[in-house]
Amino acid sequence: MQVEPSSRVELVCPAGSLPALRAAVDHGADAVYIGFRGETNARNFPGLNFSIDDAATGIEHAHLSGARVFIALNVYPMPKSWAAATAAVDAAVTVGADALILADPGLMKYAREHHPRLRLHLSVQGSATNWRAIEFYRRQFGIQRAVLPRVLSATQVERLIGRTPVEIEIFGFGSLCVMVEGRCALSSYATGHSPNMQGVCSPAQAVRWEETPEGRQSRLNGVLIDRYAPGEAAGYPTLCKGRFRVNDDVFHALEEPTALNALDVLPRLIAAGIRAVKVEGRQRSPAYVAQVTRVMRRALDHCLDGTSAAVPPTVTDALDHLAEGRTHTLGAYHRPWQ
Amino acid sequence: MRPMLKLSVGPILYLWERGAVLRFYESLCEAPVDIVYLGEVVCSKRRLLQKEEWQSVAGMLRSAGKQVVISTLALIEAESELATLARIAESADTLVEANDYACVEYLAGHPFVAGPHLNVYNEATLNLLARHGAQRWVAPVELPLAIVAALAELRPPNLQVEMFAYGRLPLAFSARCFTARSQRRAKDDCEFICAAHPDGTTVYTRDGQPFLTLNGIQTQSAATQNLLPHLPKLRNAGVDVLRLSPQSRDFPEIVQAFRAAVLGDSSATLPSSFLPGGYCDGYLDGAAGIAHAANERPTLPASRALPAAAAASS
Repeated sequence: MQVEPSSRVELVCPAGSLPALRAAVDHGADAVYIGFRGETNARNFPGLNFSIDDAATGIEHAHLSGARVFIALNVYPMPKSWAAATAAVDAAVTVGADALILADPGLMKYAREHHPRLRLHLSVQGSATNWRAIEFYRRQFGIQRAVLPRVLSATQVERLIGRTPVEIEIFGFGSLCVMVEGRCALSSYATGHSPNMQGVCSPAQAVRWEETPEGRQSRLNGVLIDRYAPGEAAGYPTLCKGRFRVNDDVFHALEEPTALNALDVLPRLIAAGIRAVKVEGRQRSPAYVAQVTRVMRRALDHCLDGTSAAVPPTVTDALDHLAEGRTHTLGAYHRPWQ
Repeated sequence: MRPMLKLSVGPILYLWERGAVLRFYESLCEAPVDIVYLGEVVCSKRRLLQKEEWQSVAGMLRSAGKQVVISTLALIEAESELATLARIAESADTLVEANDYACVEYLAGHPFVAGPHLNVYNEATLNLLARHGAQRWVAPVELPLAIVAALAELRPPNLQVEMFAYGRLPLAFSARCFTARSQRRAKDDCEFICAAHPDGTTVYTRDGQPFLTLNGIQTQSAATQNLLPHLPKLRNAGVDVLRLSPQSRDFPEIVQAFRAAVLGDSSATLPSSFLPGGYCDGYLDGAAGIAHAANERPTLPASRALPAAAAASS
């Protein structure tokens, strides 16, 4: 059974497990995105993701509730993993995925040729930051949707939507990548493992915590990412969110540990014609997914009602409690640093 | 027998002052390099040279027997950037290096170079780009040599393979300008302060390890990747072209050392790097890019990550 896409703006929520998928569907997601276990997608974490059987069960549950399921196969497969990647494309079709989220042009070509009626979404890992790049994927592979990297301003998103017939999905909430997704090798530089190759960034097995006289320290494959004063909240040592020294200043040289929250620009982007709002976090717990989905559902319904534009502060407050570092930013959508 | 390895000079990734840029390209006319990449990859605000000056530099290099390629932006957001890209793509008398699929879309059917930022990791994508007109492929910097070799083996006829052989590694791009941010300036009000850092601004960990380099919206490694000691391996892997990335000092010596090694002088070595961070070559064997295995571990097994701290002390 296939579920027809909603004509309204879709809320697309993450799930790293069957309970998380159920939580998303039951709390108001229009679509859920998942990945298979292993190195086929950009959230390749231990204990996370779906077996083929679990995916089939999850898709059945979602479809019964009128929700869709997208399967992310968004690493860039290398020769040794090519067969696994194409097998994953075929398996995703077999279990009834409503769309595949792909980044690699070669894999897109395979999916289009072997499954001509399959919906293809260009992953954020495809790094398409302009309408001309999206046009390449549309003309070559007939993609129906593109997920935009978290580097564009709201004005740039508006202009891009005006130039492309492809549906546009934007990130609404969750962890923030400050680098163009798909064009970042910082993780492999420090650890040998990257989002593009292995589907991981700053992988947990490379993390080491130390208690030292200077304070608690986090290292990534030996590289000192941050050091915390007593009582200071310590975050996961994602490489780009560490504190480093530039000239004589020690600061978050690339990005603060903060979450993306696009609610303030959501009414504007909906008016511009976005088709979907995505929540980051397939690595998060079912309880988190339930809470974020419920709050984002409320926010989106509020915007879609059209009675008043701004999202109520109570909704923003609720999201802040779920946010990395308990703070949020509009990221590139609004650029105080521009 | 394989043809001799060619040497290319990558695009200048920093904002150098005009005189330095012109002197650099004049010096390349006499240098033993085969290919020179011109143009801007990092920041659309930068103007190293005026358009007419680029044209005369290209003419000068061609007269000196070099192949000239125009490189293009890796992060394209604005309509003005697309317009510039279209203009470069349409002036079809020069080969263009595409670093975004927007550029591939503009160039379809014309010969081009598939740049290091197009994310080619497998045969299917490589074939796709070759059918679109790619004549040369610059491998992503993180791709291990074993994979480059596998793809070189399977490549379509007449497609050259190029590897980033020397320089601070281009690792990431962002909408934000990190150089401006580090000086507490807004991006639109940057006053081109990156011009004060002709090799980027080194980022240190809090225990003093040179780790990364800020170069406007680009983040690079602090260590300089140096594949000079690995030339026989690169040749055996089917690599055709070695890219040397411009830096503000010692570049003629670097070119000469690579040239000597290409001609078979196995004793060719480089002076120690004047930049903080030393040399690295970990990506070659599928390890952390920051690792430096050349001196102490010539037979590093593939896919084994070296502790970066150990690498930094070498």
